[in-house]
Amino acid sequence: MSFTKMSCSVLAILAASAMTASARDQVQIAGSSTVLPYATIVAEAFGENFEFGTPVVEGGGSGAGRKRLCEGLGETTIDIANSSSRIKQSDVDLCAANGVTEIMEVRFGYDGIVFASDVAGADFVFTPADLWGALAAETVKDGAVVANTAKTWADVNAALPAQDIMAFVPGTKHGTREVFDIKVLEQGCKDAGAYDIYLAASTGADDDTKKKETIAKCIALRTDGVSVDIDGDYTETLSRIDANKMAIGVFGLSFYENNTDKLKVATMNGVSPSVETISAGDYPVSRPLFFYVKKQHIGVIPGLQEYISFFLSDEMAGPDGALADYGLVPDPELAATQAAVAAGTLMGPLE
Amino acid sequence: MKASSLLTQDPRTKKRNSAEKRFRGLGLTAIVIALAMLVWLLISIVTAGSPAFRQAFLTFPVLVDQTIVDKAGTRDPALLSAVTTLGYGKLLANSLRAEIAAKGIDLGDLKPKEIAQMISEESAATLRDLVLADPSLIGTTIPFTALASGRIDGFYKGRVTMETAALDKNTSPAQLILADRLLDADILSVKFNTGFVTMPDASDKRPEAAGLGIAVVGSFMMMLVVLLLSLPIGVAASIYLEEFAPKNRWTDLIEVNIANLAAVPSIVYGILGLAIFINFAGLPQSAPIVGGMVLTLMTLPRIIIPTRAALKAVPPSIRDAALGVGASKLQTVFHHVLPLAMPGILTGMIIGLAQALGESAPLLLIGMVAFVRDFPGGLFDPATALPVQVYSWTTRGDPGFVERASGAIIVLLIFLVVMNATAIYLRRKFERRW
Repeated sequence: MSFTKMSCSVLAILAASAMTASARDQVQIAGSSTVLPYATIVAEAFGENFEFGTPVVEGGGSGAGRKRLCEGLGETTIDIANSSSRIKQSDVDLCAANGVTEIMEVRFGYDGIVFASDVAGADFVFTPADLWGALAAETVKDGAVVANTAKTWADVNAALPAQDIMAFVPGTKHGTREVFDIKVLEQGCKDAGAYDIYLAASTGADDDTKKKETIAKCIALRTDGVSVDIDGDYTETLSRIDANKMAIGVFGLSFYENNTDKLKVATMNGVSPSVETISAGDYPVSRPLFFYVKKQHIGVIPGLQEYISFFLSDEMAGPDGALADYGLVPDPELAATQAAVAAGTLMGPLE
Repeated sequence: MKASSLLTQDPRTKKRNSAEKRFRGLGLTAIVIALAMLVWLLISIVTAGSPAFRQAFLTFPVLVDQTIVDKAGTRDPALLSAVTTLGYGKLLANSLRAEIAAKGIDLGDLKPKEIAQMISEESAATLRDLVLADPSLIGTTIPFTALASGRIDGFYKGRVTMETAALDKNTSPAQLILADRLLDADILSVKFNTGFVTMPDASDKRPEAAGLGIAVVGSFMMMLVVLLLSLPIGVAASIYLEEFAPKNRWTDLIEVNIANLAAVPSIVYGILGLAIFINFAGLPQSAPIVGGMVLTLMTLPRIIIPTRAALKAVPPSIRDAALGVGASKLQTVFHHVLPLAMPGILTGMIIGLAQALGESAPLLLIGMVAFVRDFPGGLFDPATALPVQVYSWTTRGDPGFVERASGAIIVLLIFLVVMNATAIYLRRKFERRW
């Protein structure tokens, strides 16, 4: 008897409290794990200095975050999606289909992507062509396309150490991989002259498919074990390098800057990555970081507008702000972004 | 034919005896290997995690400078709260510098900014809350204990050395030398860190302040929901299936399904919970109520199976005797069978709860793996849980979080050991044999 009574009353209480669940009083954010540390730093400072609740920040990846932003309107959906790559047309369409028609795009800074090895190891001086020559599935030798058999870095470029090639690159689900593909492999492929050879040899129907085929060939990585995809976080890459001191890993600039006692960074085209060289455009491998705001939630969710303004304020995203301190490369056009956010400018159509 | 004797073994006896010896040997080896693994696991977790329970603190008098926190001198709450933690950080840095000068400690060639870097940013927020709660502190000098920054803290735990500090962007050997001088002057001290279990999570910039407070509260709330939902539902379902339901094809089908559900990977319940509780019922994300209900779904089959076994173990003679003196079926079950089966049910319940406590996969999908700083005021407010806190700390960039994650594992293990030990104790104490 007592059990039935108890379960009934518990269910009744739960049902009653579900009805009276109070309105959400903090901003909810999800998305890119690259943006996550920046978002948590801002959320923490926001919670301390404002009357609003501390925003709840989740990771999960850029794509997943944008999808959740586009799930619809209302308190059970997130307000902001962090993203380390630009929103896709498919996301915008999904958003529109679910009633999320007003999205604000906010670019708050840049993230550098660095190549680093064990702190006690050799120094590396890379160019994109070196990395492509070491890691691409096929290379060009005397004008002919051959399978890549380079064993040591010195085989690729005599200036590099005679150390076995071993690289941990981000897995394909990471936004970082896209930048690595475009800014390193594709660029290296072009620099090495292989791009034109592939393009000439391509059998695609028209120019567009030929180009696509060529790029696909440029960014195809070796499958003989010298290039390893890491699907986890940078912490996994770090522990892999700890176990294999000869390897090179791909990291975000902020992660490297917080682990300078364990990692030694490689230069690219002779430029060492730092907040300064990246914002000056000297260091070539970087990407913009975004967050996307559901404008229809502004005014409904308390603190949303204030959080965005605070995120973009000079004391956070500015050149001397807390985020730059952690490794964010500040956006030179921050003032324009601040003005756009203050005016509530919506995202324009994607080109 | 040789005469057989009890004193000499014939070949067949020898063979049988050596087979037994081999089996014993193998069993012993298996147990020794398993124990060695366990010991290795425990040692690695405890060595990595025990530093999380100790923490470097800086204790010095702080002058709550009116020119920084209340320029107008009006004590107007609106103006007071306009001063951010940056201002209070300055306050702390100034006071620490004054204290160092007062004690005549050699600074080396450290710049003021590098001294400020040695104090955790978290302490500025603590001081701000303190002053806002009691504006009469303004203008006075108060004793204050601040957290030392993550790198200084790491120096006293062996994570940071002079060599690594020389390479580290976030600290310098000069800072560590000053830290040692502060230790001699009793300004810096390394103490037990209660904050690790009471404070909320912190961002990547202040690993020294990250604590398990919200995770512990969140896990506790979820366990409460699991207990309140799965105990009545699980026990009622078991009693019906075991005592009242007719034995036919349908009940067989249900039985197979329950056994099946107990083996379903827990992430599946997360997907189900996301679809039903959040997308359909509209319950909030990251809330312990949703986490608790998802874990209830997962735990139910794991409770029903041992509960049915416990009911089955009550001998039929008890039921027959009760029915024989005129008790109804319901009276028989609730007055006689259920009390006798209770120890078994409790054991199953506690073990089910312990499993639910250590579960992280389904919580990933309902938004519990989040950065939450505000303590939940109820079941509908965002919170995290112990196992997902471990997960999210292992993905952080600052090396200070590695020790925090291991420390969190220790806390989780302590909870699990206590729960399982209670289960064993209850079983020993109340177990009846017929």
